[in-house]
Order: sequence, then structure tokens, then C-alpha cells
Amino acid sequence: MNDQRPWWRPDGFLLYAIIYLTFIYLPVLFLPLFSFNSSKYIAFPLKSFTLKWYHQMVNSPSMLEALLNSVKVGLIVAIVSTILGLLAAKALTRYRLPGRGPVISFIMIPLVIPEIILAISLLILISQLDIPLSLWTVGFSHSLLCTPFAMLVLISRMEGFDNSLEEAALDLGENGWMTFWRVTFPIVLPGIVASLLLTFTISFDEFVLAFFLSSTDATLPIYIWSSLRFPTKIPAVLALGSSIFVISFFVVSFAEWLRRRGVKLESTSGI
Amino acid sequence: MDKSIISFSKVSKRFGTVTAVDQASFDISQGEFFSLLGPSGCGKTTLLRIVAGFETPTEGEILIDGQPMSATPPNKRPVNMVFQNYAIFPHLDVRGNIAFGMRKSGLSKTDLNKRIDEVLELIKLPGYGSRGSDELSGGQRQRVALARALIKQPKVLLLDEPLGALDKKLREQMQIELRQLQQQLGITFLFVTHDQEEALTLSDRIAVMSDGEVIEIATPAELYESPSSRFVADFIGSMNFFEGEVVDSKARNTTIASELLGTIVASEVEQEFSSGTPVWIAIRPEKLQPQFESPENQAGYLEGRMGPSAYLGDRSHFYVHIDHRDEPVLVALQNLERSLGGISRPNQSVWLTWSPDAVVVLPRN
Repeated sequence: MNDQRPWWRPDGFLLYAIIYLTFIYLPVLFLPLFSFNSSKYIAFPLKSFTLKWYHQMVNSPSMLEALLNSVKVGLIVAIVSTILGLLAAKALTRYRLPGRGPVISFIMIPLVIPEIILAISLLILISQLDIPLSLWTVGFSHSLLCTPFAMLVLISRMEGFDNSLEEAALDLGENGWMTFWRVTFPIVLPGIVASLLLTFTISFDEFVLAFFLSSTDATLPIYIWSSLRFPTKIPAVLALGSSIFVISFFVVSFAEWLRRRGVKLESTSGI
Repeated sequence: MDKSIISFSKVSKRFGTVTAVDQASFDISQGEFFSLLGPSGCGKTTLLRIVAGFETPTEGEILIDGQPMSATPPNKRPVNMVFQNYAIFPHLDVRGNIAFGMRKSGLSKTDLNKRIDEVLELIKLPGYGSRGSDELSGGQRQRVALARALIKQPKVLLLDEPLGALDKKLREQMQIELRQLQQQLGITFLFVTHDQEEALTLSDRIAVMSDGEVIEIATPAELYESPSSRFVADFIGSMNFFEGEVVDSKARNTTIASELLGTIVASEVEQEFSSGTPVWIAIRPEKLQPQFESPENQAGYLEGRMGPSAYLGDRSHFYVHIDHRDEPVLVALQNLERSLGGISRPNQSVWLTWSPDAVVVLPRN
């Protein structure tokens, strides 16, 4: 166990880990690298350092509009699917529900249906109902996709929840609503935050449903896809990608910190 | 008895086809320490949860301080509960936990803080207010759960096996403190336990439950010394049972014929039995006196051989084998001296004697 290998003879697992991480992160690191490269062609050798693509990004109204669209859809989807997931998770973990197993499987099915199938069926349905395509239809389809993810996150959070905590709050004179607000919500909060972040992320980079169900308002993935036809636009897309990468890094770290804090709290609630 | 604070009238609770509580009817007096005692699954916790309002009775009604409770939700009842696992709110510190139920008390912040300090003093945790729930030991969590309920000044405090998770030493200490607290505050305690020793130690009265039914309600001494059924006699403490038949019953003296014991007399018998009634002759292990010479002039005795023994520190248990009886007779002896005096030599002949008022007579069949 404690034999120290010299650094020039790493063991197999370490080697594997290094190759694995390189495989995953090297392509991603090209993004910031080329976003600071002054050549408009994405190719080596690098020319010189520049911030002009970031400048172009900020000054491209169509790109910013697409970003704004994605954020708007993402926020609404995150809130809607987390609320639905929370209600479902509460029902499934608290009450002796008849047919609990089949109900869970049924709700989880959208996780395994190929998105393209889901997209086509929704497109048929929506055009049959004469509903015009818009960001709303995209949001609707994303909520459908995200709710099972929200449920999974929240069920695992609420599975260990001690029912007697809610009974204790009732016993101490609080009604159902205040019990939720003063006991259930603060304890489940880390799960809610995790669900919001996860569902936002899923919606933010979803392409297939957005492509089928949006009209003229593009979301960010669709904007990026369409700008691939115009090589001059690509460096600005890289700049945007790098910015999003850095922001997500901080958001995910924050979420992880919250989750760990939640776990610490939870470990003290039982005996 | 003083006025009744809780009154059960024909309370039943059924879960599907399972009857958890069957026609419970009894009263608990103001200021009493009342225990519900029974093996697990006997319905004692269900009965407690019905009082708290977490379960609605299928039939019957509960009155708390004269008020019918069937339409009153748990948060409007004048009772508070100490949960089995304490249910300390993990996201609040000790002070936050104790203050939880005081939101609508109308006390000013300074008055409330003073009350909390008083309660912390009462449960012997002064200065613990800012501790997080993860910084408390089992016993401390139990005290906080107690404080959180007591600050509400309930008419009845409900306790659901609150000492079950503590180790023996701490449990005995908490038993004494609970009893003192109850006497000091004069609040009625309704206590659920499966531990008969705990129930005997703490209670003014005990209701023994089995399979949803309340079998007997009596003081600890009555339950132990004159139980009214074989179930209670067997459940509380240990008991040796012998079959017999009543020969004669006069005043409080009953003469019983038994194959093993011969004809014996039991004094201080409360029930009247007509002659010919089949009965159980029940004698507690500590009321049997072993001697190693054949007794003379003794009305009834048992002759046997010493079997295995168990040393329990303050006392020892001996199993005595009797001819024509499968089950050995249990004898308990106080270890009054440090040397055991060779009393546990196996296969030694031994004669067991008892006084007539040690005999409990119980109906058989």
C-alpha cells in the first residue's frame, strides 16, 4: 500500500487517469486558446494575443440576443421543472402511493426517449394544435425534458428526510405551510439549488428540441450552429464559449460547496 | 385521584385489517406520570400519536382537559411531544430549536431570550444556546427536545420512548431527572416505553398493552405484586407458574391443590375463586428461598436439583430442576456477601420455600 513509486515510473491507473483527463479537457482548452489568437483562422501556429474577439462578441447584437433567449428559456425551465420535480419527489418519498414503482418509471421515460423522436412528436402535436412556434414552445419542451432530472436530484435529497421533523414542527404549533417554509424548505434547499443548476444547464445547451420547436428567435446553440457557415463569426463564438466556460466553473463550484454544506447538515439530523 | 386531563373513550384505530388500538377507555389524571407499556407492535405508540393528533382514531373520542379533540389538528392541541429520535431541527442551533414553537407566543425578544435561558437552566444545559445540533451528544439532544416541548407549557407532555437510544448509565440518570422535572413542573407526562423496568421506575400508573388492547392499568407495585392476569405477571419481571386447582377460598386466604407443590395456602388474594376453579400459582423468583436441608413443618415446598446459574452482580439467578416438570424454576438471590458460599454447586439437592403472601393466584384458561 505505502510503496512510493518514483515519478518516472507511474503506475497504470495514474497513467490512465492522465490520458483520460487530457482527452476530456484538451479540446475544451483550445477554446480559450484560440479566443485570444489574432488570426481569424482556427489553426496553428498561433499569431498574436488579442482581445478583439471579445470586443466583437460584446458588439454583436444577434449573438447577445441569442444568449439572452437561452438564459430566459433556461431560467423559466429551471424554475418550472424544479417545482414539478419537488412536488413529485415529495409525493413519492412521503406518501404510501399505490403503484409507486410504475409511476416513477413512467415519469422517467423522457430520459431515455431519443430527443429527435421527442422533437418530432412535439412538433406534430404543436402544429396540430395550431400553436405558433416560439421560445415558449422551446421552454415547454425543455421542461418536459428536465423534469425527470429535477426529480432524480430531489428524490435523492428527500429520501433521507426524517418525517418526524415535520411532525415536530406541527406539534410545536406551526401549520402545514409554515412547516414547509421553516423546516422542509431550508433542509431541502441544497437539493433545490442543485436541481435549478442542473436543469438550467440542460436547457441552456439543448439543441435538437430547440432547433425543431423555435421559430425566428434562436437560442444560443442554434446561433452557434448557424454561425459555423460564416468563418468570420467563429472567433467571437469561441470568445463567448470561453466566457461561458469560466462562468459555469464558478457556478458549479458554488453548487458543489452548497451541496457539501447540505450533506454536513444532513449527517447530524439522524442518530 | 384529581381531575382527569386526558380521557379516552372507546378509542380504536385500524390500519386496513390490522387493529392497532382496540376500544381503549381510560382516564389520565392531572399531574400524573402515566406510562403505556407493552411489547413492540402493541399499539402504544399509535395511541400516543392519536393524542398528539398525528393519527385520527377510527372510532371513539379523546378529551383533553374536557375538550373533544377529533376536529383539532396537531398544531392546535395543548400537548407537545418528545420524539423517539428527538427530531432536532438540523438547520437551527439549540436556541433556534427551543424558540421554534414560540413564534406566536407574543413575547418580546428579550422576554423570549429570558425564557429560553430559564429552560436551558432547567434542563441543565446553560450556555449551550449557540451550539449547533451536530455539536450535541445523544443525552444533550434529548434534553433539547425536552426543552423545546416544555417551553410551550403543554397540559400534557407526550414522550415516545425518549430514553431508548441512550446507554444504560445515562438512561438511569435521565430517568431520575425526568421524574424530578415532572414533579417540579406538575405537568402530566404520558410516556411510552417497552422497557418494564423503566416504566416501574418512573410511573405513577402504568397501562399494560398487548395486541392493541389495554390489559391492565395499575400502579407499579400493584402490577408487580398482584398482577391480574398471566400476561401481565409474565411481561413484568420474571415469574414461575404452577398449575393448580382451588380447594377452598375463605376471606383472603385461598387453599389450592397442586400436583407439584401439594396443598398450599395463599394469603392476601384479592380475587374470589369458587372451589374447583383451575388457577395459576405464580411465585416471583426472589420470593423463593433455597435451603439445603429438608425443611420440617413446612406447609409447602419444592424439592429439586441445582441447575445452571447466572451471576448478575447485585444478584444471582439459579435454575432449579424439578422432577416431572420441563421448565426449571427460577430463583433470584441478592448477593449480600462477596463470596457466593458455594451455593451454585450443580446437582446439589435444594428445597425451595416461600411465605403464603408471596403466592399470586391467577385465573387459568
